[in-house]
Parts: sequence; C-alpha cells; structure tokens
Amino acid sequence: MILALGVALVQMVLPMVGAAFGWRGWMAVAEPAAGAQFALLASAFAALTWAFITSDFSLQIVVANSHSAKPMIYKISGTWGNHEGSMLLWALIVALFGAMAAWFGGNLPDTLRARVLSVQAAIGVAFLAFIIFTSNPFARMAVPPFDGQDLNPLLQDPGLAFHPPFLYLGYVGLSMAFSFAVAALIEGRVDAAWGRWVRPWTLAAWVFLTIGIALGSWWAYYELGWGGFWFWDPVENASFMPWLLATALLHSAIVVEKRESLKSWTILLAILAFGFSLIGTFIVRSGLLTSVHAFANDPERGVFILMILAFFTGGALILFAVRAGTMEAKGVFGIASRESALVVNNILLAVACFVVFVGTMWPLLAEMFAGRKLSVGPPFFNAAFTPFMVLLGLVLPVGAMLPWKRAQLGRTAWRLRYVFVAALAIGGLVWAMQTGRSLIGPVGMFLAAWLVMGTAVDLATRTGRGQGRLRRLFRLPRADWGKSVAHAGLGVTMMGIAGLTAWTVEDITVAQVDVPFEVGGYQITLRSVEELRGPNYLSTQAVLDVSRDGNFLVTLTPEKRMYPVAQMPTTEAAIDQSFLRDLYLVIGDQQTSGGWAVRTYIKPLTVWIWIGCALMALGGTLSLSDRRFRVAAGARKTRAVPAE
Amino acid sequence: MRRLAIILAVIGSMTTAALAVQPDEVLDDPALEERARDLSKGLRCLVCRNESIDESNASLARDLRILLRERLVAGDSDSQAVNYIVERYGEYVLLRPGVNGVNWLLWAAGPIMLLIAGGAGVMYIRRRSMSAAPLETELSETEAERLRELLKE
Repeated sequence: MILALGVALVQMVLPMVGAAFGWRGWMAVAEPAAGAQFALLASAFAALTWAFITSDFSLQIVVANSHSAKPMIYKISGTWGNHEGSMLLWALIVALFGAMAAWFGGNLPDTLRARVLSVQAAIGVAFLAFIIFTSNPFARMAVPPFDGQDLNPLLQDPGLAFHPPFLYLGYVGLSMAFSFAVAALIEGRVDAAWGRWVRPWTLAAWVFLTIGIALGSWWAYYELGWGGFWFWDPVENASFMPWLLATALLHSAIVVEKRESLKSWTILLAILAFGFSLIGTFIVRSGLLTSVHAFANDPERGVFILMILAFFTGGALILFAVRAGTMEAKGVFGIASRESALVVNNILLAVACFVVFVGTMWPLLAEMFAGRKLSVGPPFFNAAFTPFMVLLGLVLPVGAMLPWKRAQLGRTAWRLRYVFVAALAIGGLVWAMQTGRSLIGPVGMFLAAWLVMGTAVDLATRTGRGQGRLRRLFRLPRADWGKSVAHAGLGVTMMGIAGLTAWTVEDITVAQVDVPFEVGGYQITLRSVEELRGPNYLSTQAVLDVSRDGNFLVTLTPEKRMYPVAQMPTTEAAIDQSFLRDLYLVIGDQQTSGGWAVRTYIKPLTVWIWIGCALMALGGTLSLSDRRFRVAAGARKTRAVPAE
Repeated sequence: MRRLAIILAVIGSMTTAALAVQPDEVLDDPALEERARDLSKGLRCLVCRNESIDESNASLARDLRILLRERLVAGDSDSQAVNYIVERYGEYVLLRPGVNGVNWLLWAAGPIMLLIAGGAGVMYIRRRSMSAAPLETELSETEAERLRELLKE
C-alpha cells in the first residue's frame, strides 16, 4: 500500500513539472496521470476500508478506531472516522476531482487544463507527503492485539457516518476552484468562459458542503443531548467559513461568467475559499483551538499543515498580487443593477466570514499579543454575526430581481410591495402573539416570509404575462429554479433557527414512574426504565408516554448508552418530529428519591432548519443540472472565436 | 496543564452521564432560575472543550452552577454574580468577552470591515458605472490600434 502511495506521488510530480514548462508532450501526461493517481489512491482507500471491514487488527488505526462487535456500517465509517483515514479520504477526493477535470475537461484549452491539473496535483502531492510522513494509515502493530478499542461512540451514528465524506467533497471541491484560479493567474486570462468552467465545480463543492454541514448540525442536535444545532465551535466555524466564501464565490463567478466583471475579486475569493478550507483542516488537526470534536491533536502534524497552508495560500496570493493588474474588467453597469446587488452579497458574506474568523482566532491572538486568556463563545457570534445575515436576507429578494447592467431600483422594489407588506404583517402578527421579550422570533418570521414570497414573485415575473404562464414556469431554465429554491431554502432555514431560538420551552424534572408531569401543554408520563443490550453497548432505556389534552400522542424512548470498550457514555435523545414543533426528551440519572431526571424541550419549527438546508442543496443541484453547463463547450467555442 | 484538564474533563463526563443541569440544582423561584440559566449560558466550563456550564456534565460545571445560584439567592444582581465568578476563575470563563482593552477590536472588527468593504464596493460600482459613457462611445488609442491590426489580419 505504501508502494501504491509512492507510485501515485511520483506520477503526480511528472505532469506537474511538465505542465509548468508548458511542453505539449509533457502536458499530455497530466490526464492519464490524474486517472492513475485516482485509481491508485482508490485502491489504497479500498484496502484500508477492507481492513476495517475485516477488523484487521494488525493495523494501528483499526485497533484504535474499531472493534469486532461494531455494526458493519460503523466499521466502514470508521475508515474515515479518524485522522489518518480521513486524510487519505481527503487525498482521494483531491485525486477524484483531478481525474474528473481530466475526463470532463475536454473542452478546456490545453494549457489551462494542464495547469489546472498540475495545481490540483500539487495539492495532492502536499497532502500525500503529509500522510506518508506524519500520519501513515497503514502503520502496523508489532503485536496485533486481540480486539480493537472501538470508534468514539459519539461518532457511531448514521448522521455522522456520512458527514465527513460530504464535508470533504465540499472542502476539496473548493480546491478545484483554487486550481482554476491559480491556473488562470499563470495563464493571465480570466474571461466569461473561465467563469463558466469554474462555476459548476464551485457549485458542486458548495452543495456538498451544505449537505455536510447540515448533517453535522443535525447530528449535534440529536446526539449531544441538549438540542442545540450550532455551537460556534472552532471546528464548526472551520467548515462554515469556507461555506460563506464558497457562497460568495458562487455569486461572483456569475458576474464573471455573464458580465466579465469582478474578475480579480473572484480569483481572490477562490484562493481564499480554499485557503479557509486549509485553515479549517489546520484548526481541526493541530488542536490549536480546543473544540468538542477535534479528534487528532499533534503539534507536528499542525506544523506540516501550516506549511502546506502557507505555501498554497501564500503562494497563490503572491501570484495574485503580481498578476491581478493584468485582469481588465470589461462589463460596465449602473449603480442599481444585478452586478451591484451581487457585490453587496459578496461584501456581506465576506464580512460575515471575517467576523467568524476573527472570533475564532481571537482567543489565540489575545493570548499571544495581549497576554489575556479569554474565550469567545456563542453569545459573541450570535450578536456579531446575525446582523449581517439579517441584512443579507433583507436585500436578497430585491437584488435577485434586479436586471443586469442597468436597472431601476424603484421599479423592482415596487413589484415586491405586496410581499413586503405581507411579510411585515406576518412579523407583526408574530410579535403581537408572543409574550414579548425577544426580537428574534418576529424578525426571523418576517425574513422567512420575505425571502420565500420574494423568490415566488421573482419566478412569477419571469414567466411574463398572458397565456401559458404555468407552462412557461416549468420551462424556465433550471438555473432559475435552482436560484429560487436555494434562496427560499435560506429563508426556511432562517425561520427554523428563529423558531428554535425564540420559543423553545425547556423543563427539567424528577419523574416518578406513572406520575404524569406537564410541559408546555403536553402531559408526559414515565412508564418504565429498562436495561438493554445493544451490539456493542449497554443501554438504559426509558419509556415515556406523551399526550395532549388527554389524547395519547406518542411513546418516546430516550436512552443512555454505555460503550464498555471505549469507556464512554452517550445520550440518545428521543425526538417526536413534526412540522410545527419537535418534542425532545432526554433521560438522566436515577435520583436518590427513586425517580429519574428527565429533560424535556419543546422546540418549535426546528425541522425547518434542515428542510431549508436540503432546499439549498437541491437548488444548487438544480442549477448544476442546467443545460447551459452541459452545452457550454459548443456555445463557448463559437463565441470565443470572434472575440479573439 | 491542558492535558490534565482534558483528562479531568473525560473523567468528569464519565462519572455523571446524561444531564447538564440536574433537577436538584433548580431553584424554586422560576424567575431567579431563569436568570441563573441565562447567566450560566454565558459562562465557560473550565475543564471542558468549549461548552458552557449550562451544557456541561462535568462536576466542576455543576459546582459553578450551584455557586452562581447561591449568589443569586443571596441577592446579587446579574453582573455582581458574574463578576464574583470572573474574579475567582478569570476572564477565561466569559464566553462573551467584555468590551475592554484590546477586545474592542474584536467587537468592532465586523462593523469596521463592513465600512471598508462597503466603501471599496461603492467606489468600485461607481467607477464601473461612471466609465460607462466614455467606453461606449469611443475606443482608446491602443484599442483602436489593436482593432486596426485585427481587421488587417
């Protein structure tokens, strides 16, 4: 296996050198090499997975992260549920994207493709070197033990089994945007065609990142046992910052593609987005910032990643500084225009990302430069980050409807007047209904209504007037649908977050068997508490009946699990989900009085957070499937020739 | 020191499993309890990784929660109670850093950046929209030359 990795390494260096000198024959090496690299890494990864499946305890990481009694799905997910394996997965995905660019990139100009592939290969080389020198997944045990130490039980969960691959697809997908950006800088040419090539990759990466983050937050919601969905933990921020920048990049690449403006900014964004992915990796792997779910802390690895980070981001930024001047913007547009709206979008997203970044790094900076040991936690991020999202939500529906080049702000805004009034009415109604205190609820509902209805109006105006509007609605380009669905999804997510934050009802009580207690209009009765045995854990399971106004609703069974091998307890909350509210039950310890501690939450609208995320991902996928991207080749060639 | 803290945290989370706030900690007065909950959400559990004492299962967090409640019952105001804990455990326990010393930079970072970015954005947009008129009407000297060359080819 190490041999396979070595061969992959060598095969990547060749095309890189070749492409750097721009020799045609050498450049041609890039394509098959990308394929070969992917094949070799895939076989290495398959071998590692096989080692996990068969519980081959002669491998160190299998011992540390697996156990023969573990269910099969977690044996497989254990492959990437640890530092070494996940780095291999990372490198595999780098190679996968490289190979895909080689296969589908037939319409790219030769030099650009070779350069993209070589930059991509350079990233691969760096990470492979990292794996081989500091974290070899195939390190052997001198004496294979009888059984493994089990995967961290918190990670033994379907939500988290698929969370890392999606997240990595997103992180690493941004490396494609990075490679394109660097290649374009070397090439010294950024035009509409470039924007068109970059966008699908960014879009795909963004979709994966969205799904990955949503899965992670969903997991945190039901697994960590107190019903939070976002903790502003450094590791979460590490995934969120690339997401914010990828979102910005997505939008600015549209401007490059359609209007040939914002070029240098887009390049910068592409570099930064991947830079933040690397920073994220650095934060997670180095243990520099403490976090709930950092799973590998090793200063040596940290230094190595920091070197990779400095090399790629620093190198790209220097290249950018040297070459940015050569990129002349072409498009001209008025102050009120789609372009300006997208600039505003970019500013807000970038600033929001900056806030998260400063907040995440501040404890470190303060300790280094001011000698103060302090914490920056959720209260800060909520206060400092939310305003930008509110602003973004406010301008979004108007901006999305502005036409390109030159628009009349008043006319576009006028089209949205009913929606604005309706959204205000909803916000006001909510404000009147709730018992005061928080502004989050009404503002969130207002924004949600504004976004969802605003995008509906956008779609409606696009169909024009007169006969056959419905037919035209369905024949709109998928990109239009994608945009609307994703924007509405953002609104839906905002609604869920606002509902959860503003109106959660919480109760902690000692429940006696068969003595009902009441929380927020629900009567809950503890029926029994039983000891159960799972495949690789022991469980204490409570059975609770929930009813409302005397009508039986549902039986919930929250659990406390003990994983004897890993010596770790976990809580399994029982959740009754509906579109209006989640009923969330957690069982605690037995009290001296004989009853059991029971924690109950009623969390309104919570599901919508993830429904919104799913909508965003769906919107991205819809845009990705747009015909425009598939036929881009022919359309571009005919247009590019007269432009030359 | 940090390793010790991590070990402590692991042990802490092992001994008391599931719940953060235990029923026996809850104060009888609901208004006071709500204040206690709000305050404890803003205080960091010292032995945990980035959890507030409201969420944490560690025994130290429990001690802090009880301490906080004792202060509130004794009649402290919110800020008095928090200061009491900050005096003993340091600024590190505050999850929402105060606006003092260099911290103003942290709080102002977002707005300042927005102003800078907004300013740059406005300048960019204005430049692009101003350059509209001349660009559309005539070509620059070099461009005209280039056009002639292209037409010749």
